[in-house]
Amino acid sequence: MAATPDSVKKLVELGLELVIERGAGLASGFDDASYEKAGASIGDRAAALGADVVIHVRPPTAADIAAMKAGAINVSHVYPERHPELPELFAKQKVTALALERVPRVTRAQKMDVLSSMANLAGYRAIVEAAECYQGFFSKQVTAAGSTPPARVLVIGAGVAGLAAVGAARALGAEVRAFDTRAAAREQVESLGATFLEVQIEEKGEGQGGYAKVMSKEFIEAEMALFRAQAAEVNVIVTTALVPGTKAPTLVPRDVVDALPPGSIVVDLAAEQGGNCELTKPDEIVLHPLPGGGHVSIIGFTDLQSRMASTASRLFAGNLVHLLTEMGAKTGLRVDLENDVVRPALLTHDGEVLPPPPKKEPSPAKDAPKAAAAQVQIKLAPSSVRPPAAKESEPSKETTKSSHGHGASAGGQTGMMGRVGGLVLASVLLAVGHFAPSEFLEHFTVFVLACFVGWQVIWSVTPALHTPLMSVTNAVSGIIIVGGMLEIGPDLGLATWLGTAAVLFAAINVAGGFLVTQRMLRMFRRD
Amino acid sequence: MSFGGEITIAYLIAGVLFIRSLSGLSKQSTAQGGNVSGMLGMALAIVVTAIVWVGHHTEIPPVGVSLLLGAIVIGGGIGAVLAKRVEMTGMPELVAILHSFVGLAAVFVGLGSYVEGSDHTGAELVVHLVEIWVGVAVGAVTFTGSVVAWGKLRGSISGKPLLLPGRHVLNAMVALSIIGLAVPFATAEGDTGLTWVLVMTGLAGLLGVHLVMAIGGADMPVVVSLLNSYSGWAAAAAGFVLVNDALIVTGALVGSSGAILSIVMCRAMNRSILNVVFGGFGTEGGTPAASTAAAPQGEVRELKADEVADKLKSAKSVIIVPGYGMAVARAQQAVHDLTRALKERGVKVRFAIHPVAGRLPGHMNVLLAEAGVPYDLVLEMEEINEDFATTDVVLVIGANDIVNPGALDDASSPIYGMPVLEVWKSALVVVLKRGMAAGYAGVENPLFFHERTRMLFGDAKKSMDALVAAAKS
Repeated sequence: MAATPDSVKKLVELGLELVIERGAGLASGFDDASYEKAGASIGDRAAALGADVVIHVRPPTAADIAAMKAGAINVSHVYPERHPELPELFAKQKVTALALERVPRVTRAQKMDVLSSMANLAGYRAIVEAAECYQGFFSKQVTAAGSTPPARVLVIGAGVAGLAAVGAARALGAEVRAFDTRAAAREQVESLGATFLEVQIEEKGEGQGGYAKVMSKEFIEAEMALFRAQAAEVNVIVTTALVPGTKAPTLVPRDVVDALPPGSIVVDLAAEQGGNCELTKPDEIVLHPLPGGGHVSIIGFTDLQSRMASTASRLFAGNLVHLLTEMGAKTGLRVDLENDVVRPALLTHDGEVLPPPPKKEPSPAKDAPKAAAAQVQIKLAPSSVRPPAAKESEPSKETTKSSHGHGASAGGQTGMMGRVGGLVLASVLLAVGHFAPSEFLEHFTVFVLACFVGWQVIWSVTPALHTPLMSVTNAVSGIIIVGGMLEIGPDLGLATWLGTAAVLFAAINVAGGFLVTQRMLRMFRRD
Repeated sequence: MSFGGEITIAYLIAGVLFIRSLSGLSKQSTAQGGNVSGMLGMALAIVVTAIVWVGHHTEIPPVGVSLLLGAIVIGGGIGAVLAKRVEMTGMPELVAILHSFVGLAAVFVGLGSYVEGSDHTGAELVVHLVEIWVGVAVGAVTFTGSVVAWGKLRGSISGKPLLLPGRHVLNAMVALSIIGLAVPFATAEGDTGLTWVLVMTGLAGLLGVHLVMAIGGADMPVVVSLLNSYSGWAAAAAGFVLVNDALIVTGALVGSSGAILSIVMCRAMNRSILNVVFGGFGTEGGTPAASTAAAPQGEVRELKADEVADKLKSAKSVIIVPGYGMAVARAQQAVHDLTRALKERGVKVRFAIHPVAGRLPGHMNVLLAEAGVPYDLVLEMEEINEDFATTDVVLVIGANDIVNPGALDDASSPIYGMPVLEVWKSALVVVLKRGMAAGYAGVENPLFFHERTRMLFGDAKKSMDALVAAAKS
């Protein structure tokens, strides 16, 4: 469901009028009355489809589109790869169509990213479903009757869904390992307390925009060998390699499943697109008999989000509120072809099917670790083309190197300067020693020693007391009062007046400095 | 009568007392004792000097005594009133203006000493004149520089750096002419050198004004520390002029102290003293890098005060990072109230202080102490930076550059390399801020767009009051 009473309230606050189709929220646990209370009106499907902006979750049917009015805006999933006829239908009806799955995965658009929200739910639910089928504890248990080892969970693909699965499995106490072709995923996986698996081949998996890139044949073979070896150890495999619009890559072929221990579970989040596991059947739990006896359950549910309908609706509706705000809900909704979030999601506008916008996504090198919106995309087609990402990373390495070099040479320079300065200082001092009268030299000795004493003493002052230190040095430097005093003579000459003025100002310092220090120090107290 | 030896020992004791005074400030527990040592040292030095002064004159001159006592009483009175009245948020201004008084006094002492004349001859006379010259020059720079710093801190002079074209050349020329003018001064007959020394005083004064005018508001902690150092050197120079070891020792102590504080501040900003004094940000381009093109993009997520209060109440561990914005909004009392309310609920609350937070070294500590926050909850950057990763909520109050992650990972950032408080490692960062303006360094802060950051917009004082009310309910 694309709206919840909460989101309705926010949209109404933005100044929109809402019509909700009768009974639309029931499956998500929201009745019509709650929507009405939030400020929406309830109408039949035709009334809802007749609005200026139509928002819904699934792609509309041809009949739905026909019921929309010209110039309306449709916001929903569209999947034109799976429903190639839809863009034409939208264009014919002069409906501007926004495909939610095409909202770009840039940092700014995260709050509108429906795919991430749904992937998060699916990943979490995958573990819940696996736990339901699994016949053991997920966590290690030590009981009087003996102890049981923790379940071992392998998550393939550490995108949003994968990371959610890792987190949920960890929370249940399982021992989790995860695999991803992108090195940036390591930190995220490890931060959740799981082990990051890697293939012993030098190849970076980062593609553009936080997606994984196409890997070489050697890499994929190594990857398969890794999965096969892992299969002998793990109890649960969750695969999350979804490629929007095309068939999902096969990551868990039959022989990997056969290597699993009896009673193991495979949860395939790509079931709707053919599955990452060779044996997956959409919306079914396949009981695959193992050659050595026992069986493995392969869960191919495609409706994991609907199994958490209420939360799914809340997140989806939240994303939509942000998207509508981006489109200017406050000042009148409009489609801005220049908007870098809206434009990529636009399929049709003004009766025309729009070509996809030119790609100008930034390199993910920096964003990737932060952007949770990364979803794994693995294509199995062998390719020898090295994508630009690998090249891009090289110059950055060089710059780091050169900056280090610069730092080192700068350090060398200061060292040199220090030595030269020391020599100059020493010769100046010797010259002073040669020419200056001995009385001066005595005082000079005192001065230099006092500098060193001060240097040693002050470094031990705690930074918390630096302000009192400054005010006390204010007071202490008021010692110049002594100089003023000595200049006051018996007659009212210029020297006397200057001395008096010096005494006056120095006295302000002495009194002010010590008293304010005292005042400050009294404030410091222990707990 | 003369007590030459006794007087030297008395000055020595005063010097030792001053050293004890400064070393006492190394910890809170001995700090008050340190201050008392300082007072004793000063009292001793003044009394001894009074004895010397009496000893100089065959009979006690009534005019001199009344002038001396009058100046001490009036000056002391003004100082006492200032010390009593100053608000802790105004400490930077007080410290700056007190520096200027030392500088002014040094100028007067130097001029007075020249006017008085000297019985030195030959090399001794030259040394004496050079001492006067140096003392007056340093004093004048300290005086005008501190007055400008005071104006900038008060806000009566714009905090923006005034960057005159060719200012380095200008400074160099003024400095050279100050040195050059010493020649006609030293060779002048009788007291005809007075004109030269007055011209030089004027030039040094202009130099002080110009140097400090070119420095931005955020660098004021360094400038104030530096002027602190100058005031010490000015006193030491006066000591050389008057052949007085107490002045020399004390001046050297204060000079070193200010120098160390400047170094501490500069390290905390990963900049050199030269860069602070002559550089400023983005000097190559001639303008401060206020609007870098690479502004971080992303969304800013807001929280309301009651939502923040809920997060704080349910947290186990909270770290508060105060910045100058807290001082400006005078929110420290509310911060203390919040700390108390949270501690009553069993939340562990601590404070993280960056060395350059505020406008004076250690300013935040004083403000928090004034509000009643126990000092053992207030930790330095090195002590607490490791702990952010295990902290539930970090509250950033009116701080910006000191919590900028760009300083660590963005080599193009003007503050790259500056050590910062790594607040973003905690589970949640709440930033209290008036608006989205950049910090004093004029650098955009990616922290505000971080996925675990939430903004609480509004005046820090009002936001804190709302938080306190919500946390107590």
